[in-house]
Amino acid sequence: MGFGAEFYKGIFKENPSFRLVLGICPTLAVTTSVENAIGMGLAATFVLLGSNIFIALLRNFIPDKVRIPSFIVIISTFVTITDLVMAAYAPDLHNALGIFIPLIVVNCIIMGRAEAFASKSSTGASIADAFGMGTGFTLALILIGSSRELIGNGTLLGFPILFSSFKPAVIMILPPGAFLTMGLLLGLFNYISRKRSS
Amino acid sequence: MEQLFIIFFSVVVINNFILAKFLGLCPFFGVSRELKSATSMGLAVIFVMTIASIVTWFINRYVLIAYQVEFLQTIVFILVIAALVQLVELFIAKTSPMLQRVLGIYLPLITTNCAVLGVCLLNIKDDYNLIETIIHGLGAGLGFTLAICIMAGIRERLSVCRVPPSMQGFPLSFVIGCLMALSFFGFQGFFTH
Repeated sequence: MGFGAEFYKGIFKENPSFRLVLGICPTLAVTTSVENAIGMGLAATFVLLGSNIFIALLRNFIPDKVRIPSFIVIISTFVTITDLVMAAYAPDLHNALGIFIPLIVVNCIIMGRAEAFASKSSTGASIADAFGMGTGFTLALILIGSSRELIGNGTLLGFPILFSSFKPAVIMILPPGAFLTMGLLLGLFNYISRKRSS
Repeated sequence: MEQLFIIFFSVVVINNFILAKFLGLCPFFGVSRELKSATSMGLAVIFVMTIASIVTWFINRYVLIAYQVEFLQTIVFILVIAALVQLVELFIAKTSPMLQRVLGIYLPLITTNCAVLGVCLLNIKDDYNLIETIIHGLGAGLGFTLAICIMAGIRERLSVCRVPPSMQGFPLSFVIGCLMALSFFGFQGFFTH
């Protein structure tokens, strides 16, 4: 498989949020607005990229028995870097995302890619895979975030979009709205892929 | 005493870890197919959360703050939790075959459960003392168990119903999650402060 294919598979066919249903905690928690969604997506992509590169480079040196703890150390190093950089340069976003930044450590997407892909593949393929999965994750977050922000607040990226007599359904930016949006979007994705395969 | 009760009640129902804070969703959707396994998972989480809260509280106080290396929090906590889970697993296997049968396969899964790391980070963030930390950890575990058991009960009933093929499995579970979150939302006005 070429690098292009490794990249594209993360966007629809193996989209981490909608097809594999991994890393749902941040997907639901931070998507109250598009801005938070983009911030979370970029942070996770950076960690994924860093950990995939390092794990792919070290894959022949890490003994099989201690691979999981080693992966955790590599991943949490990158999470700490992200956490500190964000706190310094984007304090508002850092506040909005709260404990979900340190929690990227236990995001199943990153551990899953390390275990299933980076520990078995070349560095180049791992980079393509990380970019694909990261983009897929970011796009999924943006999709959920924009539907929630649009219906729940009537805005996109903070700009009012809908006509002024629109009464926002606040429930969409509260926790129940997250579950509902995710459930309906997952149903839609299932429907599309069933249609495609038949 | 009142403060402790508020912490406990608020973490069990008002700010339920799953339904209001979105922590620990993977096991919530993954292990809620039947009530029996959901209960075991819940027990394992209560157990690990309480112990992890206590241990990380001491580590934060006497290692991280004492040596001024708070920036290592994430790395240290996740490694401590991973080691702790292994230790608990070994201990249970040696001492209680009964618990081992109930919790067995669920313990290793807990290492990557974000609710456990989440509760430890929140304890530090909210500046709880040792007693509050224990109550918070225990309450978070109980809230998790409550939510996952309700979910499993509903899904057991639903397994015999006919649902649209595209909504089967995850999508329907999320919609149920929405309805549960909505009903738990009713507790929101409980304490006014």
